[in-house]
Amino acid sequence: MLYAIRSLPFLWQGLFVTLEVSALVVFFSLIAGVILGVGIVYGPWWLYWPIRIYSDFLRGIPLLVLIFFLYYALPFVSINLTNIAAVVLALAAFETAHIIEVVRGAIQSIPRGQNEAAKTIGLTFGKRLLYVIAPQAVRRFLPPWINAVVDTVKGSALVSLVGIVDLTLAIQQVIGRTYIPMPLYILGAVMYFVINYSLSSASRALEARFAYIRE
Amino acid sequence: MSESSPSRLVVRIRGVKKSFGANRVLDGVDLDVRKGEVVVVIGPSGSGKTTLLRCINLLETYDEGSIQVDGVEVGFRDGGGAVRHRRSDRELSHIRADIGMVFQLFNLFPHLTARKNVMLGLRKVRGLSAAEAKRTAEQWLVRVGLGDKLDSLPSQLSGGQQQRVGIARAVAMDPKVLLLDEITSALDPELVGEVLTVVQELAQDGMTMIVVTHEMSFARDVGTRIVFMDGARIQVEGTPREVLARTDHERLRAFLARIELKLH
Repeated sequence: MLYAIRSLPFLWQGLFVTLEVSALVVFFSLIAGVILGVGIVYGPWWLYWPIRIYSDFLRGIPLLVLIFFLYYALPFVSINLTNIAAVVLALAAFETAHIIEVVRGAIQSIPRGQNEAAKTIGLTFGKRLLYVIAPQAVRRFLPPWINAVVDTVKGSALVSLVGIVDLTLAIQQVIGRTYIPMPLYILGAVMYFVINYSLSSASRALEARFAYIRE
Repeated sequence: MSESSPSRLVVRIRGVKKSFGANRVLDGVDLDVRKGEVVVVIGPSGSGKTTLLRCINLLETYDEGSIQVDGVEVGFRDGGGAVRHRRSDRELSHIRADIGMVFQLFNLFPHLTARKNVMLGLRKVRGLSAAEAKRTAEQWLVRVGLGDKLDSLPSQLSGGQQQRVGIARAVAMDPKVLLLDEITSALDPELVGEVLTVVQELAQDGMTMIVVTHEMSFARDVGTRIVFMDGARIQVEGTPREVLARTDHERLRAFLARIELKLH
């Protein structure tokens, strides 16, 4: 037990890696997902179809397969990614596909008349998006997006399978030395829960912040 | 800006055709609207009147013909010729800024107060300062009788009040022509009057308008001209007195009879 407590700094390091990977993935997938999501809604067919295929394909394969592909298969075509780069890329590509759909759903939930009204007062595409569509879409975007963030944090545990010492692998290594799995797994679960529960709470606060009464 | 002759052409429509798939909704429409005129478009649903209105600010594209607003071709880069190119979003936005539109379902921005609904175009299209935009917006909202609702969200307003905000939002941009698309059709009967009163005042002030409506008393009293559309074409056109007295036109008579029935 004492040994387990002494291993806490090691677990903190693992936790930090989990948070770091998650933050990078959330950042990149948000940017790519929003751009591609807007592209799939408003883009011409030659933009629509590649994004459609990307999104459907990425959402249709297991995340673990994607990680293994980037890390173990790409070297055969002389693309060598470090394990952390492969993992961040795989997770970000995967989450991007989900966020594309979240953005699409959020934008399409807004009545067509909103865009038309914005057009008739002479707003250009970017301004229509910025001042009329986005402020309304963000409310629909937030809950499923926070879900995706939570999924990312949980999904980041898969990085342990390519040898990155995140929270999950740190716990397993400590258990390997101490043979006291129960308290350590519970501790790990609590850590994941605290992160994700904070995220969900923040989400609810944000939703309330963006709430306004609709007709 | 020097005031030109009262008969200056604001909207000029020539041979406009449009189809939705195999269904032709506009089949060669010609229409002139001069400055200060209130042209009321009537006709059965499916006659193409709303589509015609939406082609004028290119919410719908048209396939053939020409629509000019203040001498500028709306749908295409050049005014005719064999190869015509669609306008870019930026060009269209510039043209649309001078064409006001009010919608059947109001289409107010639900996340903005009445004042900010009116201010948005003034700020982001006209480039007015916040203070100027605020002053203009408040002037118009007071004019449509909503001086006490400046900070209300659309959801806190009645249908008639929302529609008056919609009118204020359109006219605050100082448009060359105002398009009204069945703006009282979604209102409770007792709220129709307050909206039509505002439109009537605008007409008296010389605002050029094209009005699609089923309110025949409005057409008769406020319209300078009535256009009857049926089967994707303009069938009858003239002053309210002329059009409403035409008993020889079978389809017009049938339509007016149906409207009468609904009124009683």
